[in-house]
Amino acid sequence: MVLVFAESVNGTFKKAAFEAVTYGYKTAEMLGVACEAIVLGKADGAGVLGKYGAAKVHQVAADSLNQLDGQVYTAVLAAAVEKLGAKVVIMSHTSTGKSILGRLAAKLNAGSVPAANAVPTNEGGVFAVRKPVFSGKAFANIAISSDVKIISVTGNSIPPVEVAGEVAVTALDVAVPASRITVKDVSRMEGVTPLPEAELVVSAGRGMKGPENWGIIEALAEELGATTACSRPVSDVGWRPHHEHVGQTGIAIHPNLYIAAGISGAIQHLAGVNSSKTIVVINKDPEAPFFKAADYGVVGDLFDVVPRLTEAIRKHKQG
Amino acid sequence: MKLLVCVSKTPETTTKITFNGDQTALDTSGVQYIMNPYDEWYALVRALELKEALGTGTVTIINVGSAANDPVIRKGLAIGADEAVRIDKEGGSSLDVAQQIAAYAKENSFDIVFFGKETIDYNGSEVGAMTAELLDMPFVSFATKLEMSGNTATIMRDIEGGEETLEVATPFALSAAKGLAEQRIPNMKGIMMAKRKPLNVVAPVDTTNHTQVLTYDLPPAKSAVKLIDPENMDELVRLLSEEAKVI
Repeated sequence: MVLVFAESVNGTFKKAAFEAVTYGYKTAEMLGVACEAIVLGKADGAGVLGKYGAAKVHQVAADSLNQLDGQVYTAVLAAAVEKLGAKVVIMSHTSTGKSILGRLAAKLNAGSVPAANAVPTNEGGVFAVRKPVFSGKAFANIAISSDVKIISVTGNSIPPVEVAGEVAVTALDVAVPASRITVKDVSRMEGVTPLPEAELVVSAGRGMKGPENWGIIEALAEELGATTACSRPVSDVGWRPHHEHVGQTGIAIHPNLYIAAGISGAIQHLAGVNSSKTIVVINKDPEAPFFKAADYGVVGDLFDVVPRLTEAIRKHKQG
Repeated sequence: MKLLVCVSKTPETTTKITFNGDQTALDTSGVQYIMNPYDEWYALVRALELKEALGTGTVTIINVGSAANDPVIRKGLAIGADEAVRIDKEGGSSLDVAQQIAAYAKENSFDIVFFGKETIDYNGSEVGAMTAELLDMPFVSFATKLEMSGNTATIMRDIEGGEETLEVATPFALSAAKGLAEQRIPNMKGIMMAKRKPLNVVAPVDTTNHTQVLTYDLPPAKSAVKLIDPENMDELVRLLSEEAKVI
């Protein structure tokens, strides 16, 4: 059986959870086994996971699971894997997934592949999973040989697909150990899609000349419904917050559309963004290396081009 | 306080990645290696700052690999670590590396075990969580701030879609993200002193590998960029909508 840990954020599901269930469903289909899902803590309307292919949804609803402690989550998931007899465990490669994947692999002495970007194959009995390596500069195909296999799924790599209807949610009785972490404060960015799961990203770099000029980037992002990002030099000098830094030493992203304005495209930046499906580069320097990695290029002054693009998108949306 | 910083060796960030003939291994000719940036810039430096603030304690760096890793380890000593340990084993899966580190850490009981948030080659983000599980320690992933008061740490960390402040008592493990510290460049005195600091080579423990890389491949080459007239953003929007189908 394939068991998907479907992550709820603040009690509700986001796209990453549906992607993980779709991935689990396709994996189960490939293996000819059932796909089930498990949710931890508060998770409103978890029956919706049935739509993406979970034949059953299990819930461990203890209040203490409303805060993330990888150690506690791991103990609960390990108990569930053993109780339900799961052979493949799937989760999202989110902050939460990353703090659990390795722990669970160590606890179950199981093979794991983090950040998979394609459904596994099982040719000739070799269970193989594909993932990006070298910060997106290459891919590796990795075989897992242990009895239990654990995989996390890269955001925006497997589109969620509805295949059935909602299912009932049943309580799963497993012990929840006490946490040794005391959470004091949680602040979430409301209304903004986090970069790792964003479909549309608007990014800018040193060509912006200063933090006071970012209004045009924010206006474009708002018109598109995109998340804003930036290059490393810009976050290093404090023009933009660290959590916006995409690239090899920042966040790796996989959006459908990446628009980069005033970013030259150093190899370290490309590493973090070249999994984007479509790349648009706006730069006044026609020799900027980023143009070689772009699908569409605009050679021009970003202070003219970006507002013009925002206006063109506004017109497009109005039909 | 005894602090352990786990460091990995990775290809330098500007490395052009190519593979050997049958695509089963990295073509290492001409590849320059560095200490994984998250390990060096954030994990190691914050550990050194804690020790300096307390005025007591030790910072040990640990690496799993062959003697070819020694220059990277020496750099960690030059930046300021007191001693280094290299577990003499090349290759192996993330779980293998975690088991090697955990075996050493268990015998030498550390108060805080530091990791970088991920390596820039395998991008797994696994070894820290695995080691913490094997040591039965709480693991705080993606720490961006760390302050100690006695045995209690107050840590700010990135969580899904936001950030969180928490308290945890030693012993614990953490992974370091950008913001935890600022990169330090080793000075000449540090480089000279590093040569005299201990680098202990330890035999590995027996482990089983559950994963194996079958092949590597490179992304398909991009077709040539389509240049759009900067005066005509309607055309770009049309292409994004009709050709790329992304908006």
